[in-house]
Amino acid sequence: MKTFHTDLLCVGAGLAGERVAIEAADAGFDVICLSIVPARRSHSSAAQGGMQAALANCVMGEGDSPDVHFADTVKGSDWGADQEVVRLFADAAPIVMRQMAHWGVPWNRVVPGKGHYYKGGKRFEKEEKQEKEGLITARAFGGTAKWRTCYTSDGTGHTVLYTMDNRAAQLGVEVHDKIEAISLLHDGTHALGVVARCLRTGELVVYLARCTLIASGGAGRVYRESTNAIINEGGGHIICLDTGIVPLANMEAIQFHPTGIVPTNILVTEGCRGDGGTLLDVNEERFMHIYEPEKAELASRDVVSRWEAHHMLNEGKGVKSPYGDHLWLDIRHLGEQHIRTKLREVDEICQNFLGIDPVSNLIPVRPTQHYTMGGVRTDKDGAAYGLTGLYSAGEASCWDMHGFNRLGGNSLAETVVAGMIVGEKIVEFLRGYDVAFPTSVIRDRVARDQDRIDRLVSGADGSEDVYKVRSAMQDILMDWVGIFRDGTDLQKAVDGLQEVLERSKKVGLRSSGLGGGNAELASALKIEGQVKIALMMAYGGLMRTESRGCHTRSDFPARNDRDWLNRTLAVWEEGKTLPTLTYEPASPTMEIPPGDRGYGKSEIIPADAPAVAPAPVEA
Amino acid sequence: MARTLKLNIFRYNPQDPASEPHLDTFELEETPSMTLFIALTRLREEQDPSLMFDFCCRAGICGACGMVINGKPNLACKTQTSTLPEEITLLPMPGFKLVGDVAVDTGTWFREMYDKVESWIHTDKAFDPTAEEERMDNALAEEIYELERCIECGCCVAGCGTAQMREDFLGPVALNRLARFVMDPRDQRTDEDYFALIGTDDGIFGCMGLLACEDLCPKELPLQDQLGYLRRKMGIHAFKRLFARSG
Repeated sequence: MKTFHTDLLCVGAGLAGERVAIEAADAGFDVICLSIVPARRSHSSAAQGGMQAALANCVMGEGDSPDVHFADTVKGSDWGADQEVVRLFADAAPIVMRQMAHWGVPWNRVVPGKGHYYKGGKRFEKEEKQEKEGLITARAFGGTAKWRTCYTSDGTGHTVLYTMDNRAAQLGVEVHDKIEAISLLHDGTHALGVVARCLRTGELVVYLARCTLIASGGAGRVYRESTNAIINEGGGHIICLDTGIVPLANMEAIQFHPTGIVPTNILVTEGCRGDGGTLLDVNEERFMHIYEPEKAELASRDVVSRWEAHHMLNEGKGVKSPYGDHLWLDIRHLGEQHIRTKLREVDEICQNFLGIDPVSNLIPVRPTQHYTMGGVRTDKDGAAYGLTGLYSAGEASCWDMHGFNRLGGNSLAETVVAGMIVGEKIVEFLRGYDVAFPTSVIRDRVARDQDRIDRLVSGADGSEDVYKVRSAMQDILMDWVGIFRDGTDLQKAVDGLQEVLERSKKVGLRSSGLGGGNAELASALKIEGQVKIALMMAYGGLMRTESRGCHTRSDFPARNDRDWLNRTLAVWEEGKTLPTLTYEPASPTMEIPPGDRGYGKSEIIPADAPAVAPAPVEA
Repeated sequence: MARTLKLNIFRYNPQDPASEPHLDTFELEETPSMTLFIALTRLREEQDPSLMFDFCCRAGICGACGMVINGKPNLACKTQTSTLPEEITLLPMPGFKLVGDVAVDTGTWFREMYDKVESWIHTDKAFDPTAEEERMDNALAEEIYELERCIECGCCVAGCGTAQMREDFLGPVALNRLARFVMDPRDQRTDEDYFALIGTDDGIFGCMGLLACEDLCPKELPLQDQLGYLRRKMGIHAFKRLFARSG
């Protein structure tokens, strides 16, 4: 058995994984990052719009500060976030952006002088200050009081990841790509590394590590229609939930992005609306300002997606298409110069995948699954609950600065800011920590994984087609765990997914499974875990009888701070057919007590409201 | 009338002792807006689950799906089948180690490239967390971004005559990468430093000027300009070295 030994093992080599790796490598520790794709193909690279940090360099960012960023983020989260974590994040973000500049990111910079911008389709004048010339500039994003989102055109994730991977290469961080972690090694108390499968040769490889970081990104691909890359299947979540000890938090908190294109679900950035793009309905008329007079198209994503769905479903103002109803995104008025330089990737996506030129055509869009606010629950240091030596960062984690809705530009920023903060904490941890690697634990786990593979190949457990099982799971989530939810639908989802879970245990391969590139085997190894993730989403949503952020219950429309100002923790105990849910307070401290967000009008049951049993309303 | 596509796909599984390199032919009903991502995914799920290929972002952003499509390297995810004839032949990109069928190992190739050209900012300045960032002209930032848009798909290497003949040739992608650092004032490397990295036949002087790289780049990077610029710059530097020695 090929075995590697290292101080820190990062499962995932996107921005979060590599930023943590760099911190540890810089402190002299051995680091290996595992990635199922070459590091630079990680989904971080697809993030377009930018990263929020209160640098306050551009004129529309004047008066910004970490305090304002903090407040925006807490409101955005609908008070679901851990406010200690949001504070750490908002304070560190400007420093981290400057550090990325130092390492080579070609941030767009302030150009002094008069210029103009668009908001709600109207043109406004602005003048950038001479003394700010050449400092990192920012654009507007949803749910923010100031222009705060730092960017490089609309390829921000790409340039930051390339810079990060350059830095990692410089420091000698080892990246083992085309390697997929398939189980977490642990002794019940300590995380010890992973068993992985090589996607070149198919062989199993053991990675022993004093500290293991889960930075494997989101799990969006449990939905059929997602903006996510096809690799975002929740692999890191699965190896954690398989322990039966490590909880995943707030898995019911699913973000739908307002502008996935129809039909391919590829994202076009929120920067389109930040830069002044508008949403139009079937009559080519704006509608967001009717529902959100102040923020209009730039309310938070949960709110915009909700009104989009409402406008199409309830008002019947969607544009009919063979792929279902959609709306239009209009950026034509921004002009050719702006689109070809500041929205280059959007331009290319429209040309390549829709065959249209956004300079003269409307872009067909609708809300599309985009982000998992939930994930591996950690404390503010990034340490996972349940196992010593297990950490998590980035979308895979629930650190939890996003609560029930994350703001655009806050997740890309989280990857590098959490990467730095969690990296520092891991360095402290490694300095004072030793652990034993019992050979029996390793031998048993490898034997179990080899047995799983053998059974899938031989069809010992059945002959269910993994792609059909996956499709059944995806259909259920699409049909019953969408933007608007209610008890009846969520119960259907839970019942249906429990059946799919049984089918997932009977998968057998149709191919030989030979070779690392065999995708059928890779999918089959994950399918049971994916259905469990889907069940955590559906069951967590069913139990949460309130509406908060993206979690919108038609039968419980109020945000209920009296009963639900908390975070769901889900573990999967061996042999169970449902996750076990417990709850913890949303935040240990409330720098800003729960209140009105200022957009997305909703009823609020205050924390001190008299206790009465909540009754469902007619959906 | 929907077309029935005929896809001839290169098959070889190095991990299967019984496997011999050959082409398999599949038939598939074409659907509106079909890309090769959609076509290949359907083939794997509906006809042959052993098919090996790589996709990741499926949006033309990550560079995972380079393959030779009817004779030309390109990204499969953004290739619409409607732009191709009914018969489509897919081969793995040459120049990279084969993983299986049309999947190749680009990761190893590129990590070696980063080391060869030292693909990072070289500076003796330490980062000061309390200081304002170093200023940069926005136009320059946009110029750097233009070259930074490379997605390392490998199409330029697969299409490069020199790279295909000489394994040690750095390839267009590496030279473009270096041009990006030459342009960046944060990088303190001198012409002499760059010359040491690329001033050889394996580097900028190996380019035969066939420029398939420029024609094939899916991101339409200005590779021709960059190769020309570096060649001139390094050529001038070579002369300076000669004079410095003789003087």
